[in-house]
Amino acid sequence: MDHNPADTLSLEMRRITKHFGATFALDDVNFRLRKGEVHALLGENGAGKSTLVKIISGAVRPDRGEMHLDGRPYGPTDPLEGRRSGVSMIYQELNLAPHLTVEENIMLGTEVHKAGFLKRRDVRKKVRETLEFLHHPEISLDIPVRRLSVGARQVVEISRAIMDRATILVMDEPTSSLTQEDTERLFQVIRKLKDEGVSIIYISHFLEEVQAVADSFTVLRDGKNVGSGPMAEAGLEELIQLMVGQKMRDLFIRTERRRGEALLSLKNLKGKNMQEPLSLELHRGEILGLAGLIGAGRTETLRTIFGLDPLEEGSIEVVGRPGLKTKPWSRIEQGMGLLSEDRQGEGLAISRSIMDNVTLSRFAPYKRFGMLRVKKRAQAVAGWIDSLKIKALSPAQPVSSLSGGNQQKVALARLLHQEADILLLDEPTRGIDVMSKSQIYEWMSQLAAKGKALLFVSSYFPELLGVCDTIAVFYRGELVAVRPAREWGDESLMAASTTGRA
Amino acid sequence: MKRKSKLRALINLLAPFLGLILVLVIFSSIPDVQSRFLRAANLKSVATQSVIVALGALGMTLIIISGGIDLSAASNIALSSVVTAYAINAGLPPLLAIVLGMATGGLVGFINGSLITGLRLVPFIITLGMMGIARGVAKWMAGNQKIDAPLTWVNELMAKSPQPSWLLLAPGVWLMIFLAVATAVLLRYTVFGRHVFAIGSNEATARLCGVRTKRAKIIIYSLAGLFCGLSGVMEFSRLTVGDPTVAVGLELDIIAAVVIGGGSLSGGEGSILGSMIGVFIMSFLRNGCTMMGWPNYIQEIIIGVIIVAAVSLDQIRHRRSA
Repeated sequence: MDHNPADTLSLEMRRITKHFGATFALDDVNFRLRKGEVHALLGENGAGKSTLVKIISGAVRPDRGEMHLDGRPYGPTDPLEGRRSGVSMIYQELNLAPHLTVEENIMLGTEVHKAGFLKRRDVRKKVRETLEFLHHPEISLDIPVRRLSVGARQVVEISRAIMDRATILVMDEPTSSLTQEDTERLFQVIRKLKDEGVSIIYISHFLEEVQAVADSFTVLRDGKNVGSGPMAEAGLEELIQLMVGQKMRDLFIRTERRRGEALLSLKNLKGKNMQEPLSLELHRGEILGLAGLIGAGRTETLRTIFGLDPLEEGSIEVVGRPGLKTKPWSRIEQGMGLLSEDRQGEGLAISRSIMDNVTLSRFAPYKRFGMLRVKKRAQAVAGWIDSLKIKALSPAQPVSSLSGGNQQKVALARLLHQEADILLLDEPTRGIDVMSKSQIYEWMSQLAAKGKALLFVSSYFPELLGVCDTIAVFYRGELVAVRPAREWGDESLMAASTTGRA
Repeated sequence: MKRKSKLRALINLLAPFLGLILVLVIFSSIPDVQSRFLRAANLKSVATQSVIVALGALGMTLIIISGGIDLSAASNIALSSVVTAYAINAGLPPLLAIVLGMATGGLVGFINGSLITGLRLVPFIITLGMMGIARGVAKWMAGNQKIDAPLTWVNELMAKSPQPSWLLLAPGVWLMIFLAVATAVLLRYTVFGRHVFAIGSNEATARLCGVRTKRAKIIIYSLAGLFCGLSGVMEFSRLTVGDPTVAVGLELDIIAAVVIGGGSLSGGEGSILGSMIGVFIMSFLRNGCTMMGWPNYIQEIIIGVIIVAAVSLDQIRHRRSA
């Protein structure tokens, strides 16, 4: 019994399966975490990483499969039970109460008291010791957490986990918004925790970072475990190969088109939420893809161009159509249209009808003496529903009752109805069915053939490679490379997005 | 750095008082009212007039810090005052009548809390409904008129010149001061108080950290209800009758006091000291305006301006320190 190798296992998951509707989020996944190791969990967006860690933390229950924690059966029904069993999740900032102080956050739910009255003296000493242990003695116990930097907030969360006596820490993209210096300090903390026997599941897209910090890895692809092993024996290429796999490429229909004159010219553009200035040119008849990881700065770039985020430096020129202001209403007058990545929250007025949504950015054709010509508008929108093959009963149907794919077609119909020349599309195919996807690709191609210019943000490399003429790659807020699409491949895109080297 | 943060702490400590001091300075520098305004008799009367709103504001502060709101506070005060009058009129001992009045308030609060957590509806809706229900029940009980009750020692609670005279202030004022201190201690030095702030700041986090958020909310609303019940008793004491139409719209004064005192309607922020200052800013304003002989509508306009000004100043201060 003493020398059973399972003794050194902290967590073992066997044949874990989880469906969401008809799609398999996880399919028969095995996962083994040893005591005191840093285990990197890798995979593309949607590969099943977050579902897996949610099952470990108790936020999601698996359909099938079993888990053992320190050799005992483990099946938490909610995150609280997970925490009590010693599993803590470290998110960016979601788990802190912003108004409470550092001490209050760390002790939340485990306050030491006598007859309900707080006993703080001993507690403060322990909290301070924990922060010192984590090499962050400079964090004041009495400062509200909302005034701390992202890096310091993470330390507060880790402190809470340590005071909870956590044996497993799950870190989801812990460095994506940290500075280089804070990242270094986080790695020191991780090494310290390892020495104390804490196991860490480390999710990150930054492969070089992962190679530096992790002892072993597991790669998920399409909900399956496609490879596990010691990190020291895995090369960068091998990891990328495992993550990317073989992709289907028959979804894409390309039109004959010719790149025309420049239509949108960005010079040293920097918006409020962008990290680095960038210059880029978009031509008529061109689909320019923006590749990169989530949070790499692509959405912020689109929002700056469209005037949703304030412009700090540089210029945005629409050739032949000077704009009055850097505000969305003025950009629309210049012929721009933006399709938001957040369909529910921003892209559509979800409780309103298809009709209202399609015509929201251009009422002009249906106005007479300030009154809305209801019938004419309904007829026009019915035409759009037909030509975009939107599955709906009538133009008056609320958008909330449509499927995701049809909602996205409504959002696209608005840009078309607006007669936009420059289309800024942010993840237009996220979360929609395959049929709708291929229709959207087809329209994008047709629009380009008609001489419109498209800027296409996507985190799914195959669609970028299949649809775009040119692809630009972002890495940590910086534009690192712009090349014709034919010079890119799955693996070079993945390498550029995850290491910044192209 | 250290000195700066100390200065900031001092400003933060004084900021809530500034408004109150400003109001006092303005009125005591106007020759017409100067002589009467700062007189002991006037201060006493302002303090007594503040008791009803202040008691309501104690509970409202807890609720607003936890991210909620209670629109039924004023109706609850009216209902509790009617119940107290009814009980005294029925010949019950005054102490029992007070207990019944407070219990009524507590029950209304308990129902609020239970419905909010049980039906998972926003507090605005539940307490909006309760505002009508409690007011309706009060009118029903009182047969749509005032309930006269024989004079008892209960009516001494809000007397402007208390017996015995060494009390200086009405017993109701002393009660208000005692409860304000007790509630402030509850908020700052107990586990429950921490949880109130945590729920208002980030409820999901509080739940994840093992805080029993439902139970805590029910306690918060019940406590606030008890405060309204006591406020109703004071209302009866002042009026000597149970009037179901009293305190209409008073919930907005109570909320305004909390907000002027730094409470955030999105939760996580607020203090008892701030709310009490808010109550007194409004009381002194009313008092001063009345002395000046200004009409009611001037008071309303000034208080409206103060609410907007106080909250936007607070926001600016926060943005600076964030």
